[in-house]
Amino acid sequence: MYSTSDLRKGLKIEIDGQPYVITDFQFVKPGKGQALYRCKMKNILTGTGLERTYRSTEKVGKPDLMQKDMSYSYPDGDHFVFMDDTTFEQVTVDVDVIGDLKYFLIEEMPCKVLFFNDTPIDVELPVFVEKTITETEPGARGDTATNVMKPAKIDNGFEIQVPLFINEGDLVRIDTRTGEYTDRVNKG
Amino acid sequence: MNLRDKKQTLQLRARVMAVVRAFFVARDYVEVETPLRVKTPAMEDHIHAEVSGDHWLRTSPELHMKRMVCAGFEKIFQIGPCFRQGERGHLHLPEYTMLEWYWTGGTSEGLIWETRDLLHAVAGAVGGGPFTGVDFYAEPTIYTVQELFVSLAGWDPLVEFDADRFDLDLVEKVEPVLAKEQGPVVIKDFPGERSALARMRPEHPQAADRWELYLGGVEVANAYTELTDAVEQRKRFEACGKNRRERGQEVYPLDEAFLLALEAGMPDCAGIALGMDRLLMLITGAEHLSEVVAFSEG
Repeated sequence: MYSTSDLRKGLKIEIDGQPYVITDFQFVKPGKGQALYRCKMKNILTGTGLERTYRSTEKVGKPDLMQKDMSYSYPDGDHFVFMDDTTFEQVTVDVDVIGDLKYFLIEEMPCKVLFFNDTPIDVELPVFVEKTITETEPGARGDTATNVMKPAKIDNGFEIQVPLFINEGDLVRIDTRTGEYTDRVNKG
Repeated sequence: MNLRDKKQTLQLRARVMAVVRAFFVARDYVEVETPLRVKTPAMEDHIHAEVSGDHWLRTSPELHMKRMVCAGFEKIFQIGPCFRQGERGHLHLPEYTMLEWYWTGGTSEGLIWETRDLLHAVAGAVGGGPFTGVDFYAEPTIYTVQELFVSLAGWDPLVEFDADRFDLDLVEKVEPVLAKEQGPVVIKDFPGERSALARMRPEHPQAADRWELYLGGVEVANAYTELTDAVEQRKRFEACGKNRRERGQEVYPLDEAFLLALEAGMPDCAGIALGMDRLLMLITGAEHLSEVVAFSEG
């Protein structure tokens, strides 16, 4: 169990059997009263928000969370298979847990899989992934300095906004956390 | 925020300090300095003192200032650091600056109007305001703890006091509503359980003659008619010590020098403590106390 002195933003806790992450944390204390710890948290599984205020004598549950380094292996219908490089143990992650990150998966990509009570609940990809632009309108010749963007697609159909000078066949770097174009790696 | 970024704020802070001093001098208050390093801190339920060798750092100048009142110093004020263990947050730093003043012959009610006048003086020196949405010139709205808890939390802490529920409801149900008020708010007649050094109201034995000032939903000052009964004060310190022992908290030796002064006789007086840093936070719109002090590393 955590004591209130352990609480901080980003800490993962367990309430009523559900894993939560603390999104906001505040110490408050009335002048003649006891110290109180106000937490805003988000359910890691459902995304629902919750607010709780703890007194300094209270304890907070520690969730059974474990993060494993795994590599992405292959897709399997509605699931994605990851493998533990040391044990060769395979784990299937549901498409709902992966979400839009499925567009950035590359075979053997090193990922971090978060387990709650042995169930995979979250996957963290490397921050950047390189993907080839397969579809986009040609940009204006010599137009390398404007901020205007145009739509483009990568191999799996994921749509991304790119600068006008990007052409089909160009290899670009994408930030997996935001799904946004970062820069061009090389021309196609 | 680095030191350079704080220059304007700290210059404003210095101006406010000068205005506050002038306010009290004009009203015949004498500025005093009492020890920061005390033989024993005032024993209160939820305030923990920092150790300093075989002494402690003061959590407030109250006991020494009251000894001065007992010795015939009728109107005194002090601005200086106070230290509290384990208090760190957007409104708390382990070391902060308190303004505290004592008015012999004054009443807690009289202090409401004097504090109002102080807010006017401060506002006048720094552009008038409003500050973080609070109009320092507005007449304070006065509520009792009882009416606020009955209407906002659904129970009466004077009928049966529940300490945990009181603290939680104050923070969760009462303070957010007070934050919407556009002028100073005074909440008065606190339960005796939360007023260890205050005199009880004669007509209402569960309530102490104690009020707190809220500006923008933030607790800024605490005032009361002082308890002058030495026997009662000793009893309260001992009860508090018992509570602390049961909670596994450090129990401080009783301040016998203070109790001796009370036994010799303290004139009727009222006193008040005001958090200068919090007042400055409101004036500058700061979101964290560390923004209005030069250094907050400790």
